[in-house]
Amino acid sequence: MASAQSHARRRAFFLVLPLLAFILITFVAPIGQMLHRSFHNDGFTMHEDIGTGVRTPIMTNLKAWFDANPAGTEPTEEAFAALAADMVVLRELKAPGQAGTRINYELSGTRSMFTKAARQAKKLEAPYKDAFLDLDKDWLNPDLWRVMRDASSAYTFNFYLAALDLTRSSDGSIEKVNENRQVYVTLFTRTLFLSVLITFLTFVLGYPIAHLLATLPLRYSNLLMILVLLPFWTSLLVRTTSWMVLLQSQGVVNDSLVGLGLLGDENRLQMMYNQMGTVIAMTHILLPFMVLPLYSVMRPINPSYVRAARSLGATSWTAFRRIYFPQTIPGIGAGALLVFILAVGYYITPALVGGADGQLISNLIAFHMQKSLNWSLAAALAALLLGGILILYWLYDRLIGIDNLKLG
Amino acid sequence: MALPNHASTLERVWHYTYLVICALIFLFLIAPILVVIPLSFNIEPYFTFTEKMLKLDPTGYSMRWYDLLLTFGMTDPDAARDSSWWADAWANANWINAAKNSVIIGFFSTVIATFLGTVAALGLSRPEMPYRRAIMAILISPMIVPIIIVATGLFFFYSSINIQDWGIPYLGVVLAHATLGIPFVIITVTATLVGFDHSLTRAAANLGADPVTTFRRVQMPLILPGVISGALFAFVTSFDEVVVVLFVGGLDEQTIPRQMWNGIREQISPAILSVATILVIISIALLTTVELLRRRSERLRGISPS
Repeated sequence: MASAQSHARRRAFFLVLPLLAFILITFVAPIGQMLHRSFHNDGFTMHEDIGTGVRTPIMTNLKAWFDANPAGTEPTEEAFAALAADMVVLRELKAPGQAGTRINYELSGTRSMFTKAARQAKKLEAPYKDAFLDLDKDWLNPDLWRVMRDASSAYTFNFYLAALDLTRSSDGSIEKVNENRQVYVTLFTRTLFLSVLITFLTFVLGYPIAHLLATLPLRYSNLLMILVLLPFWTSLLVRTTSWMVLLQSQGVVNDSLVGLGLLGDENRLQMMYNQMGTVIAMTHILLPFMVLPLYSVMRPINPSYVRAARSLGATSWTAFRRIYFPQTIPGIGAGALLVFILAVGYYITPALVGGADGQLISNLIAFHMQKSLNWSLAAALAALLLGGILILYWLYDRLIGIDNLKLG
Repeated sequence: MALPNHASTLERVWHYTYLVICALIFLFLIAPILVVIPLSFNIEPYFTFTEKMLKLDPTGYSMRWYDLLLTFGMTDPDAARDSSWWADAWANANWINAAKNSVIIGFFSTVIATFLGTVAALGLSRPEMPYRRAIMAILISPMIVPIIIVATGLFFFYSSINIQDWGIPYLGVVLAHATLGIPFVIITVTATLVGFDHSLTRAAANLGADPVTTFRRVQMPLILPGVISGALFAFVTSFDEVVVVLFVGGLDEQTIPRQMWNGIREQISPAILSVATILVIISIALLTTVELLRRRSERLRGISPS
């Protein structure tokens, strides 16, 4: 009996194994690699030749000096001599840009100091300290030396600090960055706020129609259900394009309002390329994800409970509030959690209709991936977002169970 | 939903208000999708209804944007429309090439997702499956993890293994799209297996059928509607996916969504609306198929709509 059971278990497991292996390779491993990059950046420690793939350690002399001297030590002549020797190596490898970029992530304006110093590397002579200060007096900046010390080890949590608008002060303690450079916390807050707002709006719009669909006879509700499912099946880009057509200042909504005389031609509403555009379009796009779980909870609710409440003297409002609504709470939870999870990570719609102030955290990750090319920071932001999503996903599984996820 | 005869005036008023509110919400759901259809026939390059269109004047409408879909990118769009013109369009028109790429990528990723997903769903729906909950959570996660994170991860992963140099076209995008489609296959197939009576397979085995025959003759007919809906979901997921293609697709791997994305970002032209219209028609066809399959599956399993 026991051996038959373990045989059956093994057989079930072997059916799942190919897919599990596939997902681990094409999905879990890439995300793991990205997470690794969020705390590992070897731009200041290792150079890899693109053509030959030869890997050469760089900044080794400086690293030796950092290892010999504790943090906060004033850079001595010895330190500058080490730096000068490393600059010669950088020049030979054609790598000063790479090393400078790594430092520049944490202290802007420093990349050119590296390229400039490396260009002069062979001409640098003792006393090295004065030679470097002749090139740029910022070489004595304690922040620069602190950043170089951090970067001389490939493992760092500084990208997470940056993603949370924090930085290290020159003595190594953690502090908030300058107020006018605080971007990320604002953006995380905005993403949360807009996601909550969108979840709430989908609830407000989804509850009445889910109720209607659940109480109509199936013949009619199946027909009306098509109106919910069609958006669900329609391309995301099509739906976003439609909203652009509707919302733009020369678009259908504005034209109708002007045509009806509700709005002057000169004060057309600006409904796109701002938060409003993001909220409207995302509410529309995520509404089916609210309606479907609500519907599947509401459909089996027995109408005789409400009828019994009415016959015992409850008004229709009391019957709804005390009898019907509490029975739908599991559906609200499932829908809200699902919509919220999807909204927090949304990218396409905010990118197209969001303008400047309707961008979400995903758009900033894309920006750092494609424009600023600060991949470690992008990875750190993605890791924070992923952490949040996985907690919510775990919660969803605990409360509702992934098995109960339904598509139409 | 009909009102009882004893309903008070207030209740009647509220009932009709409620119906109007519902109608407005349904309008909100469906209007944005339908509005692009007439606008794609606009003769003017605007995104709003011209006066001629509102008066249903035929001169306000045209097929020019659909024509542009064919001619855009052709070497000689103004030649006479004979067989060589069509050959030119088939070989060079940007949108046709994008459609070809989308179909190829969609087809292969759907095949991978459907095959692996169906086999796994069979294992997952067995009561003796170990670590069922945790494995299910991993397999569904591609649907939950934000697409930008998937794309970022794949970008690093593919560049570290140099997948572009393997010489298999579309490989990276196909594997990624298969991953994204798998949750849908798992969900739809396990849904058709819910309440599957395992004594049926035991009965088949008892009557001398080997496991393959049992699967083919007993399980397959029952799960087939779920498999097909799952495959359609997987295909639509791939056909509509743009972020991964942008991040890991080669320059020549233009797909319809990527072309739309570029079009919307640069200079949005009504040609986008004609593509959108075609996609809406495709999605109506897919939805109809899935609904018919779902009803068939319910009938087979004895859950008939009352």
